[in-house]
Amino acid sequence: MKFIDEYRNREMVKRLASAIRYEAGGHYRFMEVCGSHTHAVRRHGLLSLLPANIRLLSGPGCPVCVSDQSFIDKIIYLAGMKGFTITTFGDLERVPGNEKSLASSREEGADIRIVYSPLEALDIAAKNPKREVVFPAIGFETTAPATAITLQKARKANIRNFSVLSAHKIMPPAMHAVIDDGIKINGYICPGHVSSITGSKIYNVFPEKYHVAAVVAGFEPMDILQSVLMLVRQVNYRNFHTEIQYKRAVTVDGNSIAQDVINDVFEEQDDIWRGFGVLPKSGLKPREKYSNWNAEHRFDFPKYNSVPDTSCICGEILKGKKEPEDCMLFGKSCNPQHPVGACMVSPEGCCNAHFKYQLHELQD
Amino acid sequence: MNYRIEIGHGSGGQMTRRLIRDLFMKNFRNKWLDADGDSAVMQTYGNNIAMTTDSHVVSPIFFPGGDLGKLAVCGTVNDLAVVGAKPEWITAGFILEEGLSINTLERIVISMADEARKAGVHIVAGDTKVVKKGQADQIYINTAGVGTVDDKCLHISSGKKIKNDDVILINGTIGDHEAAIINAREQFFESSRLRSDCASVNQQVHELLNQCNSIKFMRDVTRGGLAGILTELANMTENGIEIKEADIPCNDAVMAFCETLGFDPLQLANEGRFVTILSKDEAQNAMEILNNFNDNKPACIGLITSAHPGQVVMETAIGGKRLIETPWAAKTPRIC
Repeated sequence: MKFIDEYRNREMVKRLASAIRYEAGGHYRFMEVCGSHTHAVRRHGLLSLLPANIRLLSGPGCPVCVSDQSFIDKIIYLAGMKGFTITTFGDLERVPGNEKSLASSREEGADIRIVYSPLEALDIAAKNPKREVVFPAIGFETTAPATAITLQKARKANIRNFSVLSAHKIMPPAMHAVIDDGIKINGYICPGHVSSITGSKIYNVFPEKYHVAAVVAGFEPMDILQSVLMLVRQVNYRNFHTEIQYKRAVTVDGNSIAQDVINDVFEEQDDIWRGFGVLPKSGLKPREKYSNWNAEHRFDFPKYNSVPDTSCICGEILKGKKEPEDCMLFGKSCNPQHPVGACMVSPEGCCNAHFKYQLHELQD
Repeated sequence: MNYRIEIGHGSGGQMTRRLIRDLFMKNFRNKWLDADGDSAVMQTYGNNIAMTTDSHVVSPIFFPGGDLGKLAVCGTVNDLAVVGAKPEWITAGFILEEGLSINTLERIVISMADEARKAGVHIVAGDTKVVKKGQADQIYINTAGVGTVDDKCLHISSGKKIKNDDVILINGTIGDHEAAIINAREQFFESSRLRSDCASVNQQVHELLNQCNSIKFMRDVTRGGLAGILTELANMTENGIEIKEADIPCNDAVMAFCETLGFDPLQLANEGRFVTILSKDEAQNAMEILNNFNDNKPACIGLITSAHPGQVVMETAIGGKRLIETPWAAKTPRIC
C-alpha cells in the first residue's frame, strides 16, 4: 500500500537495525511519550530487532491513561443525570472510575454514544435540543484543535445544550516531570503528531538544559528505527539537540492555524496527571468567553478522590520507573476485559500493548 | 461482582469464549457440545450427522457484497462445511420488527433462496415472530443446519491429527466482511472498495476433501478473525503456530481502512474464508484446487511448530516477531 510499504521495507529495516547494533556502544534508555509509538513498537515486533543495550521506556503518552480518575467519575456522574447524553470516543468507555465505568453506566440505562469526532457530538446536540449533550474532551495538542473548532462552532451557532468536559493536556510539562522525578533517560522519542501541531521547538529545552537527546519520530517501523539511530548518535557524540526525523509531517514551528485555534479557545491550567499529581500549566481549559460550553463551569460536581484505591502501579509505569510486568495485577486481575488501571484500557496504554503483543524479545 | 452482558460478549473474542465456557457449556454439558467444533457431529443409526445453529443480527441489513439473508445461509453452510460435512438442510426463524417493509423482507428472503440454491441446500422449516416497534432492529434471522459427514472426515473438527510442520492455508484475503460492515454502518468512507467476502464455501471444501488425503483441520474465519481462530486452535490442541504477516493476503482497501482507524486486520471477521491445515506435501495441490474458485486468493500463511506450544507467533512484515493475542472484545477506533 502506498505511503505504508515504503516505510516497512524489510531490507531497509534490516540495515537500520544493524547500523544501530554497530553504533550503539554503551547502554541507552530512550523514552517514547506517545501511545501510538508504544503501540507501533509492539505491533511490528521492533524490540526483537533492537540490541539488548537499548531499552525503550513508555512514558506518559496515552491520553486516557494519564487522565485522573476524577475525570472519569465526573463523566459518570453526568451520565447518571436525567436528560443528559454523553458523547465520547470509544477509548473512554471502559476506563474504570472509582465505582464503575461508562460502559456499566450504559448497561444501567445511561445515554452514552460513541462518536468519532467532537463535531459529531455537536451535531447530536443540535438535533436533540432538549438534552444536555456533554463531550469529554481528551488528548494532547493533537486532538485539542478539533475540540477548539467544535467550541467555536457551538458558540457561533449558539448551541447552548452542548458542553465540553476538558481533560486536554499538553506534553512538555510531563516530559519535565519525568526528568525532575529523577528518571534516568538518555533521550526522548518525541511524539510525531503532537509535534505536527506544536512544531519541534517545544522540545529544545531538554537537550539544551538537561542533555537529553530529542528526536521527533514518525510511526512506521523505519521511522522509529531511524529515530533510535539518531538518538544513539546524539548520545555517542554528546551532540544534544532537537532533530526531526518525521519531516513529512513536522516542522520547527508547527501548524500556526491550529495553534491559533487552540489559543483562541483554551488557556493553560494546572492539571492532575495520573502518577505525577498536579503539574503546573499542563492542562487546557476553555477561556471565559466559552464558559457556557464548559461543563466544569456549567454543572456542579461532588468532590472526588483522585487517588485510585488499588495496588495498581499505573503511575509508576507512566513515569517509566516500572514495567507492566512488575505489577502484581498485570495479566491477572487486570486484563483488557476487566482493566483495573487506565493503562490497560486504552489500546494506546502501555499495559494494554504489553498484554496484547507480549514481549517477544527474541534477539537474533 | 454482579456482571452484566456487555456488547463485547458478542464479539467472538475472549469475552464470548468465557461466557460460553462458564455458562453455556457448564450447564449444557454433553460429549457433542464438549467437542467444541463449529458444528456438533453425532452418530445415529450408522450415519454421521453434523448440526449447527447461528443467529444473524447484522446492521445494516444490506451491505456491499451481500445482505442479511445471504449471510444467514452462508454462515450456516460454512459452519457445516468446515467440520467436513455436506450441508443438506437449513431452517430459518425470523424475528421481525413491527413496521418492517414487506419489500425489504422479500428482498432478504429471495436472497436466502438464491444462496441456498447456489450452495445446494434446502430450507426445510421456518418460524415467524413479530415484536413491537423498537424491540428489535428490523429483522433478525436464526438458522439451524444439518449435514452428513463421511467417516474419513470425522477427525476434522477436533484438529487432533495436527502435527509439527503441517502447513496452514487460507483461501483468500482477510478482514473484508467486517471492514465492509463497519464502513457501511458508520459511513466512514463514502466511496470505498470495501466489499464483504460473504459466500458459501462448501463446494471448495468438498473439492479439497475429495482430492487431498491429509487434511487435518478446517475452520471458517468469522468473528474474532484469523487471530481468533489461530489462538483458539493453539490453545485447544497445544500446538505452536507460526505465521508470516507478509504471506497473509489482505486487500489494499481493507489495509487502508485498518491503518486509518487503528483496527488490526487479523482480528476482523470474514464470511467466505476458511483455514485448512494439512501435510506440507499436499499444500501445492490444495492451493491449485482453491485457485479454481472465483474470488479466492489462496496462500500458505504459516505452519505448526513445537517451538512454543499453545502460542501463535507472527513474523511481522519487517522481520520482527510478536505474539498474536486472543481478541478480547468489541473493537473501537483509536483516539489518535
